[in-house]
Amino acid sequence: MTSLDEFRMETRAWLQENCPQEIRKAVTVEDDICWGGRNWTFKSEAQKLWLERMAARGWTVPHWPKEYGGGGLTGDEVKILKEEMTRINALSPLESFGIWMLGPALLEYGSHEQKLEHLPKIARGEIRWCQGYSEPGSGSDLASVQTKGVDMGDHFLVSGQKIWTSYADKADWIFALVRTEPDAKKHKGISFLLFDMASEGVSTKPIRLISGSSPFCETFFDEVKVPMENVVDERGNGWTIAKYLLTHEREMVSNLDAIFGGSAGLYETAAKSIGLDETGRLDDPLLRADIGDFLVDEMALTAHLAAAKDFHRAGNQLGARSAELKYLGTELNKRRQSLVVQAGGLEALSGPEENGGIGNQSASWLRSKGNSIEGGTSEIMLSIISKAVLRLPSLG
Amino acid sequence: MELFSSEETLLKDSAAGFMSEHAPVQALRDIRDQKKALGFNQQLHKTLADMGWFGMLLPEDAGGYDSGHRAAGLVAEEMGRNLTASPFLSTAVLSAVALRQSGGEHLREWGPKIATGDVVIALAIDEGAKHNPSRIKATAEPDGNGFILNARKRAVFDGYNADRLIVVAKSGDETGLFLVDPSAAEVEIERNAMVDSRNAANIQITNLHLDGKDLLCPLEQGAAVLEATLRSGRAIAASEQLGVAREVAERTTAYLGERKQFGVPIGMFQALQHRLADLYCQIEQTASLISAAQRAIDTTSDSSDELTRAAKAKVAKVSRIATEEAVQMHGGIGMTDEVDIGLFMKRDRVLTEMLGDSAHHVDALLKKRGL
Repeated sequence: MTSLDEFRMETRAWLQENCPQEIRKAVTVEDDICWGGRNWTFKSEAQKLWLERMAARGWTVPHWPKEYGGGGLTGDEVKILKEEMTRINALSPLESFGIWMLGPALLEYGSHEQKLEHLPKIARGEIRWCQGYSEPGSGSDLASVQTKGVDMGDHFLVSGQKIWTSYADKADWIFALVRTEPDAKKHKGISFLLFDMASEGVSTKPIRLISGSSPFCETFFDEVKVPMENVVDERGNGWTIAKYLLTHEREMVSNLDAIFGGSAGLYETAAKSIGLDETGRLDDPLLRADIGDFLVDEMALTAHLAAAKDFHRAGNQLGARSAELKYLGTELNKRRQSLVVQAGGLEALSGPEENGGIGNQSASWLRSKGNSIEGGTSEIMLSIISKAVLRLPSLG
Repeated sequence: MELFSSEETLLKDSAAGFMSEHAPVQALRDIRDQKKALGFNQQLHKTLADMGWFGMLLPEDAGGYDSGHRAAGLVAEEMGRNLTASPFLSTAVLSAVALRQSGGEHLREWGPKIATGDVVIALAIDEGAKHNPSRIKATAEPDGNGFILNARKRAVFDGYNADRLIVVAKSGDETGLFLVDPSAAEVEIERNAMVDSRNAANIQITNLHLDGKDLLCPLEQGAAVLEATLRSGRAIAASEQLGVAREVAERTTAYLGERKQFGVPIGMFQALQHRLADLYCQIEQTASLISAAQRAIDTTSDSSDELTRAAKAKVAKVSRIATEEAVQMHGGIGMTDEVDIGLFMKRDRVLTEMLGDSAHHVDALLKKRGL
C-alpha cells in the first residue's frame, strides 16, 4: 500500500467518525453553506461541530501551510480528501472570500506577521472578508480606482466609494484597492489595504438585484483610519496583487456550479413539465435539441475543468487561461438557467419575486445574468484571451 | 491544458514532425490533382506502419503495440492537422478493434498484417446517406454450415481496393461481422471519389456464400463487438477532426496578425478578436472532452460510450465553426483553391458524417438520460 492509499484509508475513517450525518447532503438552501465570521449564526449544532472539527485539522484550507492554520497537505492528498468528502456527500465546512482570494494573496505577497495575524482566523471561520475592488466609475477598467488613502504618517485616511462589494453588510474585514500614490501612473499608484469593517467611517448599503436577492453592496468610506502596517507588500504594488487575485477569482467563479450542485434540475424539470412522446423522447423536439446542445457543452466543460484542476495541481499556473474557464463556465450557466425556465414554463415563473434563493428557478435564472458581468465581463475575458493567449495585436 | 506523460509528449512531437514532413497538405493535393484512384499513397501507408502507428490498437500477440486510444488519438490529431491521407481510421482503428474484440484466428492472421502496413481492411456498415447502425438491412441467412450474404453498402471508407472487407449484416435479430474477400464475383465495388479527395466505395454483395469461419465472432457477441468498434472509431475520428479545427484556427490567428487593412493588422479589430477567442475556448474544452473519452476507453470506464458520443458531437460543431470562420476571416483568398482552408473544410464535413453526426449522437445521449 502506498502512502497515498494509507492517507485515503485514514481520511475515510476519520470522516466516517467525525462528519455529522446532517452534513451529508447536497446544498438545498442558502444557509447550508457556512460562511463563518463574527456575526455568523450556525444553522445547526452539526454545522458548528463540522467546522470546528475540520478547522482543528486545518482541513478547511487543506493546501495551506500548517503554521497558518492549514492542513499542509500535498496536491494529491487534497484531491483524495475532496474525493472522500464527495464519496459521503459531505458539505463543505466553510466557504469564504478569505479562503478563495485573500488567503492566496497573502500567501504570495503578505508579510510573515500578516499571514500569522489573518490566515488562521480565515481557516477557523472567525473572520469573514469582503473584497473592495469595483467603484461606480471603474467597472471593467478596474485600475481606474478613485478611492484615496491620504498618508498621515503612521496611518492612511481612506475616503471614497466601492460598489458590487459581495456581502459587505455581513463581512468583518475588507481587502481593498486604494489610490495611495496620487502622483504615480495609473497602475502604479494603488495599494492593497486591509481594514476592519467596524472602523469608524465605514458604512454599507445592500443593492437589490433583479433576482430579488441582495448579494452585493455599495460601501462608503469617510476618512477611515487604516494603520500603515496594513498595506500588503509594497505601497503602490496593489495592482500586481489584484491581477494575481483576479485569476483566483475566475477559477473560483467558473467552479461555482460545484458549490451549487450541478445541472440545476434541468433534465428532471424538462421530463416532468413536458413529458415524453411515444418513442420515449421529450415531447418538444426543438427544446430537446437545445437541451442536447447544452448537455454536450456541459460534458465538455466538466472534462475541461477536471483537466484544468489536474494541470493546476501539478504545479502549473493557469494564468490568462483562467479567463477561458470563467468565460465558458458563466456563459454555460446562463444557458442552463434559461433552459430550466423554458422547460419549466409558467411553473418556473410562478411565485413572488422575494422567494429568491437556491432552488427557486426564476430567481436562479435572473441571478445568472450577473455571472458574465461580475468578476470581469465575458467581453473582457475574450479580450484577455485575444491578447495573452492568442497574441493578437492590441490597441493598448 | 492536458497533462501528458513524457511518452505521450514524445509521441505527439514525433507524429507532428513526421506528418508535416512526409504527409503534408501538399501530399493530399497531389493525390487529388493526379486523380489517384486509391485516395491515399501506398508508400506512405507503409512508412506510417514502420513508425508503429498501425499496430497501436492491436495486442502484442497479434503484432501490435497496445498503445491505447489516447496515444492513437494524438497521432490522428496530427493527421488532421496535415490532412494526411492514409487508411489509418479504416484499417488501424475500426478493423483492428473489430478483430481484437473478436479475438481468435482472424486476429492472429490479420493483426500482424495490419501492423506492418501490408493490408487495407475496410468496415462496411453504412447503407444510406446517414450513419445509422440500428437500421441495418444487409442480411446473412443461415445456410448449412455458413451463410448467404446480401448487402448494399454505402460510404465504405477505403473500401476501394481493400484486401478484405468487414461487412456488418443482420442474421435474424442478431448482428454478424463477416470477413469478405472483395475479389469474389458476388461482390461489386464502385469507386466513389469524395469531396475530400478520399474514397468511400459503394459495394453491392449478392448471394455470396460464406463459410461459418468467415464470421469474426459468434453472432451473440456481434452487437457488443460492433459497439466497441464504433466507439473506438468515433473517438479517434474526433481527434482527427480536432486536428483540423486547431490547424485552421491557428492559421487564421497567424493571418490576422499579418494581413493589414486601414493601415493596421486586422487582428486588432475586436469584432474578429472576440470570435477567434471564443473559438479558441470551444476548441480547448473539446480537446479535454476528447481526451477524457479516449482515456475512458483505455480504462474501460462505464462512461466511455457517453463521453465518446459527446466528443464526436462537440468536435463536429466546433470544427465547422473553425473552418467557416477561417474562410470568412481570410476574406477573398479564403475562397480560393490556392489556400488550403477549403481542403480542411471538405475533410471536416466528411469526418462529421463519418460514424454519426452531432444529431445522431446527441439523440443517443438524450435517450440515455430518459429524454
